[in-house]
Amino acid sequence: MNILTIASRELRSLFLSPLAWSILGVVQFIFAYIFLAQLNTFIQIQPQLANIPNAPGATEFIAAPLFATSAIIFMLVTPLITMRVIAGERANKSLTLLFSAPLSMTDIVLGKFLGVVGFLICMAVMLALMPLSLGFSGSLDYGLFFAAWLGLVLLVASFAAIGVYMSSLTTQPTVAAISTFGILLMLWILDWSSDKVTDPNASGALEYISMLRHFEAMAKGLFSWADFMYFILVSAMFLILSIRRLDADRLQH
Amino acid sequence: MMSTPSLISIEHLSRHYGELKAVDTVSFELNRGEVLGFLGPNGAGKSTTMQMITGNLAPTAGRITINGVDLLDQPKLAKAEIGYLPEQPPLYMELTVEEYLNFCAKINGISRSVQSTAIKKAIERCGLGDVQTRLISNLSKGYQQRVGIAQAIIHTPSIVILDEPTVGLDPIQIREIRKLIRELGEQHSVILSTHILPEVQMTCDRVQIINKGQLVFSDSIENLNQSMQATSLIVQFENLPDDVTLGKLDNVNKIEHLEDQRIRIHFDKTTTQQSPAKQIAIEAVNNHWGLLELCPEQKTLEQIFVEITSTESTMQPHEEQKTTEDNA
Repeated sequence: MNILTIASRELRSLFLSPLAWSILGVVQFIFAYIFLAQLNTFIQIQPQLANIPNAPGATEFIAAPLFATSAIIFMLVTPLITMRVIAGERANKSLTLLFSAPLSMTDIVLGKFLGVVGFLICMAVMLALMPLSLGFSGSLDYGLFFAAWLGLVLLVASFAAIGVYMSSLTTQPTVAAISTFGILLMLWILDWSSDKVTDPNASGALEYISMLRHFEAMAKGLFSWADFMYFILVSAMFLILSIRRLDADRLQH
Repeated sequence: MMSTPSLISIEHLSRHYGELKAVDTVSFELNRGEVLGFLGPNGAGKSTTMQMITGNLAPTAGRITINGVDLLDQPKLAKAEIGYLPEQPPLYMELTVEEYLNFCAKINGISRSVQSTAIKKAIERCGLGDVQTRLISNLSKGYQQRVGIAQAIIHTPSIVILDEPTVGLDPIQIREIRKLIRELGEQHSVILSTHILPEVQMTCDRVQIINKGQLVFSDSIENLNQSMQATSLIVQFENLPDDVTLGKLDNVNKIEHLEDQRIRIHFDKTTTQQSPAKQIAIEAVNNHWGLLELCPEQKTLEQIFVEITSTESTMQPHEEQKTTEDNA
């Protein structure tokens, strides 16, 4: 109950700020451009695809790559949305309101997290509507479509958890934004430096931590519990860290 | 739940920031229906104490019991009894007054059925009726302060804690806020922190003075007024009489010459001996001194601090002084 109150306040404040609207507008424009580019390519090579047995359909050719590319855009945008959730309130001194009310730190952190995730899901829904519209004129592979979309939402939720944590560390939203971006990018490209390239017997631990690895499979529609749990664990870990960080605010330093 | 007579009981509360002891073993109690003034110069530890009572800051040592509930053991239960207005009101500038109070009502656990009545009542009590649909960011500082107070009383807590509620307001707004605080005192127990002495004299039943993290004075407002009574007069004459003549008056202790023909007359303050003001006035008329000004000097807060810290309180300041002198 308390969690939902905080989440809806967070969401409301987001929609009252020009930042959120401009993000929605700009990002939607870019999504649309990517979508149209994919659609165009698909139409061009469709005659050739018709001759191939088991050729990729519209979902595989348009929706999956669209979600995959949009992940990069979400990575750029999430830090801007999460940066002020705690840091901004700390700077405004409005965090005191939440600390003095009969709320637990868990309520506060989860509320803020859900508020941000709610906004990001709005963006993801807007994104999904474009390829879904193809369903009117052709057939879509809905299983693949929703598996890929779920993958995107899980990925974005873990972005948000990391953002909330970075925001809980500082008083300056910009610092929170840049550090969130740093961590997200790092987790994304971690497998570039994989030791497997040079040594085939290496453990591949870095690869396993990389978000890209887990998301790639899901974006292709391959749902696996391992990937699912990976995103849940990342989110849970950063949320717990945020709760502990807020608790530490009151304690002795 | 055990019910104790005092609403807040604070035992040996301390908070250290590294070497600095912001609050040092402070103990006090707040009774039901009492308005307690928490006085102290800037940086004395007032805000730190308030933050600890409201659960915003964990104490280094000590115990805080609110209405019989330990704040550290059951923070949710204890916090529900407290309304807090920090130094800077915790407002969401992008919301309207109504939306903001609605949020405050929800997070303070007011049940859905009475939420709108609670909000209406808070708006009415704080005089926010005219601005309830406006954005908080567009309100003046005085109104924002009222919204902050409305937030603190919305769940009708038994204790309202106000940290310097009149700082940065204009004189008219200050008067209105003080009136509001007095009204709050009728229904809630109030802790009011301030560094403005008249504010405490006007609104409080009891006064506590904190200095360098230690409680140095705790008494009723009457006793504070007593100890503030002047022991000197400022007098201005057209024809200044010599010191010997004045010195002969009853109870005059010392005479100091100031600029503009003004003099300061010190006298002894005891129960039997009265201020020589009356006698000075009579003599001035009889001898044609041309009395222009005669006023008893009120002691300022600083003087009281000096007095209190040098007499009643711990010996620490003296010892410190002594050692520095020795070193010199």
